Amino acid sequence: MTTTAVSILPGQQLAALNEAYGKAVARRRLRFTLATAVFCTALIIAAIGADVNLRTLFTYFGHFVSYFDRILTLDDSHRVWTNIPEWLWGWRKWSLLLGETILISYVGTLSGAVIGFALNFLAAENTSPGPWTRFTIKRLMEFCRTVPDIVFALIFVIAFGLGPMAGVLAIMIHSIGALGKQYAEMVENIDMKPVEGVRSTGAGWISCMRFAVLPQVAAGFASYTLLRFEINVRSASVMGFVGAGGIGLELITAIRKFYYSDVSAILLMIILTVFVIDIGTGWIRGRLFGGERRS
Amino acid sequence: MTKVSIPEPEGLRARYPDVFERPASARLAWPLMLLVALAIFVFGLVHLGFSPWRMLNGLHQLGWITLMMLPPNPGSSLPTYLHALGETLSIALLGTTLAAVFALPVSLLAAKNIVPSNIFRFPIRRFLDTIRGVDTLIWALVWINVVGLGPFAGVLAIAVSDFGALGKLFSEAIEGADRKQVEGIRASGGNALHEIRFGLMPQVFPVIAGQVLYFIESNTRSATIIGIVGAGGIGLQLAEQIRVLEWQKVSFLILMVLIAVAVIDWISSKLRFAIIGPRAVV
Repeated sequence: MTTTAVSILPGQQLAALNEAYGKAVARRRLRFTLATAVFCTALIIAAIGADVNLRTLFTYFGHFVSYFDRILTLDDSHRVWTNIPEWLWGWRKWSLLLGETILISYVGTLSGAVIGFALNFLAAENTSPGPWTRFTIKRLMEFCRTVPDIVFALIFVIAFGLGPMAGVLAIMIHSIGALGKQYAEMVENIDMKPVEGVRSTGAGWISCMRFAVLPQVAAGFASYTLLRFEINVRSASVMGFVGAGGIGLELITAIRKFYYSDVSAILLMIILTVFVIDIGTGWIRGRLFGGERRS
Repeated sequence: MTKVSIPEPEGLRARYPDVFERPASARLAWPLMLLVALAIFVFGLVHLGFSPWRMLNGLHQLGWITLMMLPPNPGSSLPTYLHALGETLSIALLGTTLAAVFALPVSLLAAKNIVPSNIFRFPIRRFLDTIRGVDTLIWALVWINVVGLGPFAGVLAIAVSDFGALGKLFSEAIEGADRKQVEGIRASGGNALHEIRFGLMPQVFPVIAGQVLYFIESNTRSATIIGIVGAGGIGLQLAEQIRVLEWQKVSFLILMVLIAVAVIDWISSKLRFAIIGPRAVV
């Protein structure tokens, strides 16, 4: 066994260091305790504000569990998976509605992406033609993405009438805000040398965007758009709650009228669809970026 | 003037055949994809009942509604609205905290460097994915069936749906943690719990805290909408006022939401910097 000599500092120096360390730890502990106290107070105030009643939760928690038991039981009190055709009796109708849901989010995402694309160059700091344009466009986008899409849907249902059109427009508005911001942030991070190069040949603003900025950001834009599409499929599945088309109307009817096995069947189909879209967009994104790297 | 020698095109063509003569499939891929995308788009427009006439009519209506919204005016219901806003903020804060508290232990089980066995991890991951696949609004409807109408259902809905999202994000943060500190704890004789507490947590805590703060912020928005199905908060008021066409109140409520979100945004970015900032420097 070998021993290593550890040099020990002289007592005075050691005491000073120890004291400093003790103070630092004490300060950190105090800060942590204070932060925890503030946070707990906020939680308690919030709990009172939100009518939290633990007794209700404990009393009715059995309902939550039994709710899942009930939605997994058919009318003839058998489990749903023992009689699949009976469980998924409306699959033809539901698939059509799910198709409509996907179509809503597709049309909404695409039109939102095109408009967001057109606006983002005006909002990005390094490509914006003027500070006032930039400010206006940025605020506009902020408004579009802060107001939840379902609120837009509620208003559009009144303006455009019931139906998927309101849902498409709501998703479009939300996508403009969300994608426009992500696009603009991406454009702000580009290398400006190609832009200078293109400008030095006497090109105008549009040519600069097309030949210097776009090639740098195209793959990232596509990736963000696919992600947004995936998110929009999820939100399109509830657009029907307010009458804006898709599978949501069928689902809320089933929940409100206690058609238990229908609830689980529709939920299953929604979850499967979201999974498939998730995997599909992931695959496409992998291919897009792979393609970029190869060339 | 210097002369720049320009290589003859024929020679270039011969040397780099891949660049000059791409196969037809590669040249046609882009236009074809655009064409397909456009075709689906047009089919969607037709199938979903778009028509220029409806569009024009709707825009006319929308313009009318916008005019009616000005100026925003709460009428005599300002105290009710403020209370509803408080309820919404409470729902967001409580729901996110609850989700984070439950997601942390589960995320440990879903992380590759804690539970190496795939048999265990896979079902947990799928479970979290399934929860995430169901929208918050749907969870709200389910909880309303259980605990009745009101903000409590909203808290539980946000908690459940965020549980899925946070569980996934936390486990990714844990998987990204550095192995060396954990090994250091083990080398000094710590057991598995010590490894997690002193080796892992100090590394992932700032990341987790940042994500929770971000979720509180985004849940302020979600908490607005779950009121639409009856789970309390400002959304309930908003949906009601839209249904009875009280546009001035609607615009006031939207304004309140915008301001609340902006304030929460500002606070959480300050807090995030306070938690993560110093560590990023060290």
